[in-house]
Amino acid sequence: MLGRLSLAAIPFDQPIVMITVGTIGVVLFAVLALVTVKGWWPYLWREWITSVDHKRIGVMYMIVALVMLVRGFADAIMMRTQLALAAGHAQGYLPPEHYDQIFSAHGTIMIFFVAMPFVIGLMNFAVPLQLGVRDVAFPVLNSVSFWLTAAGVLLVNLSLFVGEFARTGWLAYPPLSELAYSPGVGVDYYLWSLQISGLGTLLSGINLTTTILKLRAPGMGYSRMPVFCWTALASNLLIVAAFPVLTATFAMLLLDRYCDFHFFTNDLGGNPMMYINLIWIWGHPEVYILILPAFGVFSEVVATFSGKPLFGYRSMVLATMAICVLSFMVWLHHFFTMGAGADVNAFFGVMTMIIAVPTGVKVFNWLFTLYGGRVRFSVPMYWTIGFIVTFVIGGMTGVLMAIPPADFVLHNSLFLIAHFHNTAIGGVVFGVMAGYSYWFPKAFGFKLNERIGKAIFWCWFIGFYLAFMPLYALGLMGATRRMQHYPDLHWQPLMLVALAGAVCIFLGIILTGVQLAVSIRARARNLDLTGDPWDGRTLEWSTPSPPPAWNFTHLPHVERRDAHWVAKQAPKPSITPKPDRAVGPIHVPRNTPIGVFVAFFTAILGFALIWRIDWLAVIGLVGVLAVGLWHVWQTDREMVIAPDEVTEFERRNVKEAA
Amino acid sequence: MSATGESLELGSAVPLSQQGPAPTRVVAGFGFWLFLLSDIILFAVLFAGYAVLSGATAEGPTGAELFDKRHVFLETACLLASSATCGFGTLAVLRTDSRAMFFWMFTTFVLGALFLSMEAKEFASMVAAGAGPSHSAFLSAFFALVGTHGLHVSLGLVWLVIMLLQVATLGFQPMVARRFFCFGLFWHALDIVWIGVFTIVYLGAH
Amino acid sequence: MSAPHDTPMYSLRKSLLLVPACGMLASCKEGVLDPRGPIGHAERLILSDATTIMLAVVVPVIVLTLAFAWWFRAGNRRARYRPDWEYSGRIEVIIWSIPALLILFLGGMAWISSHELDPPKPLAAREAPVEVEVIALDWRWLFIYPEYGIASLNQLTVPSGRPIHFKLTATSVMNSFFIPQLGSQIYTMPGMTTQLNLQADEVGTYQGLSAQFSGDGFADMRFEVAAKAPQEFQQWIAQARARGGTLSRATFAQLLKPAHAGEPLTFAQADPELFAMVSSGRNATRWSPEEAR
Repeated sequence: MLGRLSLAAIPFDQPIVMITVGTIGVVLFAVLALVTVKGWWPYLWREWITSVDHKRIGVMYMIVALVMLVRGFADAIMMRTQLALAAGHAQGYLPPEHYDQIFSAHGTIMIFFVAMPFVIGLMNFAVPLQLGVRDVAFPVLNSVSFWLTAAGVLLVNLSLFVGEFARTGWLAYPPLSELAYSPGVGVDYYLWSLQISGLGTLLSGINLTTTILKLRAPGMGYSRMPVFCWTALASNLLIVAAFPVLTATFAMLLLDRYCDFHFFTNDLGGNPMMYINLIWIWGHPEVYILILPAFGVFSEVVATFSGKPLFGYRSMVLATMAICVLSFMVWLHHFFTMGAGADVNAFFGVMTMIIAVPTGVKVFNWLFTLYGGRVRFSVPMYWTIGFIVTFVIGGMTGVLMAIPPADFVLHNSLFLIAHFHNTAIGGVVFGVMAGYSYWFPKAFGFKLNERIGKAIFWCWFIGFYLAFMPLYALGLMGATRRMQHYPDLHWQPLMLVALAGAVCIFLGIILTGVQLAVSIRARARNLDLTGDPWDGRTLEWSTPSPPPAWNFTHLPHVERRDAHWVAKQAPKPSITPKPDRAVGPIHVPRNTPIGVFVAFFTAILGFALIWRIDWLAVIGLVGVLAVGLWHVWQTDREMVIAPDEVTEFERRNVKEAA
Repeated sequence: MSATGESLELGSAVPLSQQGPAPTRVVAGFGFWLFLLSDIILFAVLFAGYAVLSGATAEGPTGAELFDKRHVFLETACLLASSATCGFGTLAVLRTDSRAMFFWMFTTFVLGALFLSMEAKEFASMVAAGAGPSHSAFLSAFFALVGTHGLHVSLGLVWLVIMLLQVATLGFQPMVARRFFCFGLFWHALDIVWIGVFTIVYLGAH
Repeated sequence: MSAPHDTPMYSLRKSLLLVPACGMLASCKEGVLDPRGPIGHAERLILSDATTIMLAVVVPVIVLTLAFAWWFRAGNRRARYRPDWEYSGRIEVIIWSIPALLILFLGGMAWISSHELDPPKPLAAREAPVEVEVIALDWRWLFIYPEYGIASLNQLTVPSGRPIHFKLTATSVMNSFFIPQLGSQIYTMPGMTTQLNLQADEVGTYQGLSAQFSGDGFADMRFEVAAKAPQEFQQWIAQARARGGTLSRATFAQLLKPAHAGEPLTFAQADPELFAMVSSGRNATRWSPEEAR
């Protein structure tokens, strides 16, 4: 009746898990109770859950990412504590079967459910505004994408309470991830949560690519597009090209596990090396899916806060697209130690290094944007400077490991861990935090507290160096990744320093919550009435903060790059419409619950497949089909915003700004 | 769809890239093209997997021993013919000629269903002969690749039925026409994939 | 190890060295920066050369970033504000050339060193290499010496100053065979054979480990490498033969059961076909962790 599911699936015997789950349960219950008591459900349902507004969806992606950052970080600090303790004969407090789940969950969550939703959230929010249009190409699909990601999040968190998570590392290499060596539900949780959220990501990639290529304000040719849009384009093209590879690869592993196929098994001709190749054909572009939009954020921030255009726009675009293409030709550098032969290794090593050329050019371009500027040190700029300083070190260690013989001694070591956290934290996290503080006033109409913002930066910055510089050293001392304990007592001091760094980062995460609370409370003093709090350059700053559902009352006409800046320089503002200009009715897509319904049934389907509960899987599948059919017969999909309402909004806004 | 009413002005002095948001029809078609590209990449991975594993027969039967080329040729003929009838059907949609549309699309459905039943027969006979997907990596890759194509065709047939019901209930409104157009693209893309399957899997069997 | 190195002040300083270059200096014991063989030496040279060359660009970039940001701060009246400056052909050429030249050089280094240090490439030496067949088990290492007909579990004994030719495979899941002080690691994979050539120049004891996560017993999947003078190596072989024990297929079947690393063990006689059998994937036995408990 319940497949493999029974009460034994709930880990009552593991106090750490039960306390965590208990805490999550209490917090969740408190939040739900608060929402119910306050009667917020109708508002949440109407304005957020069923929303197809790209700005709201973007914000929801960011919220999911922030919540999952806490989850992923909890895993991180448990690992750091374990390794600070488990030296010599000590075994620490986490037995291998638990520790192995923690590092697998940490990687999976941080990449798929923190970094991805952060980056997609930023793109969702900012790209249509920067392009000067009213929404993404497929607003309803956007909602479906978001809720599918949320369904993946749900499943991955459920694994904490019901059953277990994968004990295979975040990429679940076979044969270890095959049924023969991982017979539990851990790998199934991993596979289904990523298949479902991966589908959401793919749809989101198609949506944003179409938006950027087909929906731009009149006059916004490609050479006038903000650099963030260019990087978003590159990133989404990579999503469209790379995520199907992940889906197909996981599908093969699922067939192996569920239907006794033999793609990657040890017996009957299966080939585990094929999985490793395929997963990295997705995996390396994935790195650039995450980092390119972060590069875009830095480009916007450095130009805005230097008060001058980005230096070398063409170079920047060229470099972005070069990275986009090259990222598909380097996957083998993740396993030089497989013994592929000197020619193959050398080719992929050199290709990997070539990516450093456009990346280096980008760094120089940011550098020369600062040159001759009038640099204002607001929080986004802190993150940007911190990024350049940190990222060049990560880039250097990356190029170092691109030399195959160097990789022969550094592969899988803590040096590697330090390297990719150097780029993931120093690049992606710093970029996301820069974007968060940069666009927050646009999204909510008030600025975040600057002092706490700077404290957050210092926590992350110092915390990063404390946590990961020791790992570089440990890697060179022969410490490898994923070890639950180690014999060498000499490593312990460095492990303790790394723990201190993690605590420092933890402080930064707590302060992010504090900053939000403080800023909301003091919002009256930090209101952004102009819509342009940073003296911005691109079109999102030409509309009020927060923008109306229709973004722009009149679609802006773009004549040059940095359209908003150009407009501000002109004696008479040509972009900002005069309030008396005639306003026609505006069509916006109507909200729909299709996204949340589809995701609900998909999550049921995923759960049923993980536990092999056939009847529940049928319910999930039929549910998805039924709501899909219901949706395609909906014909009334748009609502019209009357000219009066638009005029009223404009009038109120002009008054406020004055 | 959020595209505004402004339409493309081809041949005007303003370059295409600066003409503002494209009309909904173009946006929808383009998005669907991107989806098809991603789907083709998915097939590319399955093809790659098949190429790697096609020799890994684990001392079991090889493709040359298993495949009945005449049977597959008939299958191919059905699918290719269905692409042609689908094309005529799409033209009928453009003319909003519902009688012709129903005729051509019904023919498409029948040909597609015929293809599927032949494929199912092939699969069943292979499994009955002890050459199911669990037998070797080669057979796993074969069933996954050809089966995924078959699954797409099945979904296409379901989609086609839904489209016919949509025309019957909603008529040829722009939304329905767009969907029909996308269905056509999907169906032709499956044909292209099948040509790959036919060439690499069946003709290339050794 | 001299006395001052053990003072608390030293360990504190050691712990606080944050820049990787300094970290390298701090890690001079038992790591890849303290090599004891030609491969390890060559790889350390690559690490230090490449790092030095890159630092020559990276350090100025960091300094310039901070300097530009500071000098062009909004409050500095002496800095010239150029609100429209966004292009300079000359600078563009330079900023494309610097990374390109750097990569041209490092790329050449990567190409040459990949071929020089390719794991299957035999080392240049007067003596023929010692043959060692390595089988990664869950979660132990089995070493077979085909020339001597003996085998050892969890302890690798090699003669110093003579090349070692490893042939490697695995029984169940992937592992990576790595002795940091000797250099290059290589994957061990079920049903496949990889090759590696190493050499220990000095007599000593080195740590070996698996660098590829392989399940619950992975952290203990370590082994000691004893590099002995040639005569002592011969003595060790004689002792192993004298100690008895046979590594037959039946004993091997026992070794297939997952077990955490234990005491080293030697076998006086090893089935000569064993490695070929495992590396061709013919041992494919299934076990489940649940069963193992």
